[in-house]
Amino acid sequence: MRLERPDQRGRFGEFGGAFAPETLMPALEALEIEFTNAWRDDSFRGELDGLLATYVGRPTPLYHADRLSKQLGINLLLKREDLAHTGAHKINNTLAQGLLTKRMGKKRVIAETGAGQHGVATATACALLELECVVYMGEKDIERQALNVYRMKLLGATVVPVTSGAGTLKDAVSAALRDWVASVATTHYIIGSVVGPHPFPWMVREFQKVIGEELKEQMDAPPDVIVAPVGGGSNAMGVFYPFVGMDGVDLVGVEAAGLGIASGLHGASIGEGSPGVLHGSMTYMLQDEFGQVLEAHSISAGLDYPGVGPEHAYFNDAGLVRYVNATDAQAVEAFHLLARSEGILPALESAHALAWIVQEASQLSGRTVVLNLSGRGDKDVQQVARLDG
Amino acid sequence: MSNRWLVLMANSGSDRLRALFSISRDEDRAVLLPYLTAGIPTVDASVELFVAMADAGADGFEVGIPYADPLMDGPVIMRAGEQALDAGVTVPVALEVVRRVVDETGKAVLVMTYVNPVLRRGIDTFFGDVATAGAAGVIIADLPVDEAEPFLAAAHEVAVGMALFVSPMTSAARLDSVISCGPDFVYGIAEVGVTGERTEASSNVGALAESIRAKSEVPIVFGVGISTPVQAHAAALHGDGVIVGSAIVRRVLDAATPDAARESLSVFVAELAAAMSR
Repeated sequence: MRLERPDQRGRFGEFGGAFAPETLMPALEALEIEFTNAWRDDSFRGELDGLLATYVGRPTPLYHADRLSKQLGINLLLKREDLAHTGAHKINNTLAQGLLTKRMGKKRVIAETGAGQHGVATATACALLELECVVYMGEKDIERQALNVYRMKLLGATVVPVTSGAGTLKDAVSAALRDWVASVATTHYIIGSVVGPHPFPWMVREFQKVIGEELKEQMDAPPDVIVAPVGGGSNAMGVFYPFVGMDGVDLVGVEAAGLGIASGLHGASIGEGSPGVLHGSMTYMLQDEFGQVLEAHSISAGLDYPGVGPEHAYFNDAGLVRYVNATDAQAVEAFHLLARSEGILPALESAHALAWIVQEASQLSGRTVVLNLSGRGDKDVQQVARLDG
Repeated sequence: MSNRWLVLMANSGSDRLRALFSISRDEDRAVLLPYLTAGIPTVDASVELFVAMADAGADGFEVGIPYADPLMDGPVIMRAGEQALDAGVTVPVALEVVRRVVDETGKAVLVMTYVNPVLRRGIDTFFGDVATAGAAGVIIADLPVDEAEPFLAAAHEVAVGMALFVSPMTSAARLDSVISCGPDFVYGIAEVGVTGERTEASSNVGALAESIRAKSEVPIVFGVGISTPVQAHAAALHGDGVIVGSAIVRRVLDAATPDAARESLSVFVAELAAAMSR
C-alpha cells in the first residue's frame, strides 16, 4: 500500500529514517515543520505553481512516438521532462526548495550533482531567487559533464570539485552533507533526489509528483506500463507515485547495469544491493561484507550511485514497483535509436529506461507504455561521441 | 588502590568507563582521550602509538574504525580512514587493534564507528565483538537519539558504555530525550561542523555543560575542533573528558617514519595532558 507520508520516525516500512549527526537533527526537524506548513499554504503553492507554469513550462507535453511505436510494436508515449526549463525534471524540486529556503530566511544554498542536471537546476533557482549557490561535484563527473559545469558557472554558482572516493555522485552528496554539518544555521541543502535523511525523501517526492499528476490528466485512461530510470529515483518517484497501487498499471524502474551485473561494475542498488544506511537513511545500497559503501558504476553520471531513495526500497519489498536494469551499451544504443527515430536526444539516464523497453518489446506488444523522458541528452553528446570514436 | 588500577582491574566495559570518569571527579581534572584511526600508519605501528600516548599521559582512547563515507569527519580523519581501508583495515582488524591497545595499555578504550558497519554485522553481534575486545564504550557518529534505542539495549546487554550526542544546535526538547535514554556518557560537540582543527577555543563548551548538568550527572566528553593545549584546557574546565582527534591524526599522517610519529605524539600528548587540570 502507498503511504501518504512516512511515519513519525520518517520511515516507509523499515526504510528511511534519519541517521544523521546530531548537529543536523534540529535543522531536519525544523525543515519538516517548515515544509509541512508551506505545503498547506495556498500562497506558497500559488507562487510555486505560477513559476512551474510560466518559468519551467509545465505541464510538460505527452508526446506520442509514432515511428518508434511502429518499430517496436507498442504504443509508446514520452513524458517530456526534457522540455522543462534547464532540460530535466530536477527544476521542479529546486524551485520548490528554493522558495522554502527563502521562507526559512536562509541565504545560502548547497547542492550535490552527478550528471550536473541538479546542479544546473539549483543554480538556476538560486539565480532567480537571489540565493548564494555552492554545488559539490565529483571530479570524475566534472570531467564527463563539462558543459553542465560551465552552465552552473554562468548562472553564478560556485562549483566545488570533490576528490574523495571515486569522485562521483556519492562523494558529492557526502561533501555537501559535511558542508551542511558546519553551515546549517545559515544554509539550506537542496538535495537532488528522493534520498537523504527524513524529511528529504518525502518532501522531494511531493515536489516531483507533479509529473505523474499531469500524466493522469493528459491520458483518457491509465497506461499499461510506466517506465523510468532510477538512480536516487526522483523522476521515477515523481511519475510513479500517483499511479502506485493502481490496478492494471505496471510500474517499472530501470537501474544501471553498468558493464553488466556479473561484472560487479553497476549501479543496481535495489537489484543487487542489501539494506543499510547511506546518506542518512535506511535503504538498499551497494556494500561489502563489513558494511563499507561500494562504488557504483554507470556510463550515466546520474545513475552512478550506490543507493536509492528509501521509498523505492519500500515499493520494491511491497511489490508495488518492479525494478530491472539496463547496461551502458544498451543505453547508448537506445540513445542513438531515439535520436534517429524521433529526433530527440535523451539523457543517458532516460536512455536506460528506453533500453529496457526495447529489450522487452515483444513482451510489451500492443500495450500502451509511457517512458518518463527525464532529461535531454545535450550534456551527454561529447561522451557518446568519444564512445563512437 | 589508585583509580588507574581500577580501570585496569575492572571487569566490564561499563566498569572501565566508570573508573575512567572517577579519575576526573577525584583528581579535579578532565581525562584526556586522544583519537586515532585504527591501523594508521600500520596495524602494529598504531598499537605502538597508543602505548606511547599512554606513557605520555593519555587516560584512555578513542579508536576509530575506518569508514568509507564518514559524514561527521573532516579531511584529516577522512584521509586516515581511506588510507587504512586501502591497507585492509576491516572492522575485525580494527577491533583487534582495540583488543591489543586494551591489553597493552590497560586504558579505557572508546570505539568510534558509523552506523552501517554495526548494522551489517548485526547490532547485538557487533556489541558482543566490542565487549570481547575489551572496549569500555562505543561512539556512533551518525546515530541520533531518535534511532538509538536498539543500540543502547545491545550495549547494556554486554555491559559496554554508549554515548549519545549533544551539539550547540540541540534543543531543550532533544536534550531531554537524550538524557531520558540514559547514555553512559554524553559526547558534547564543541564546534558546529565536522571534525578538524580550529584556530579558536570553543565558546560553546560552558553553556553546553551547564545545560546538560542542569538535567543530569552523566559524564560529558567534549570533542570536535579541539586541537591545541589551550583549546583542550578550555574544554577541560567544563567537561569530564576531552577528545583530541584531527591534531593527533595529522601528526601521524605527516610523520616521515613511525618513530617520528611516536616522538611527535609523545611531546604533544604530554602538553595536552598538562592542560587537563582545572
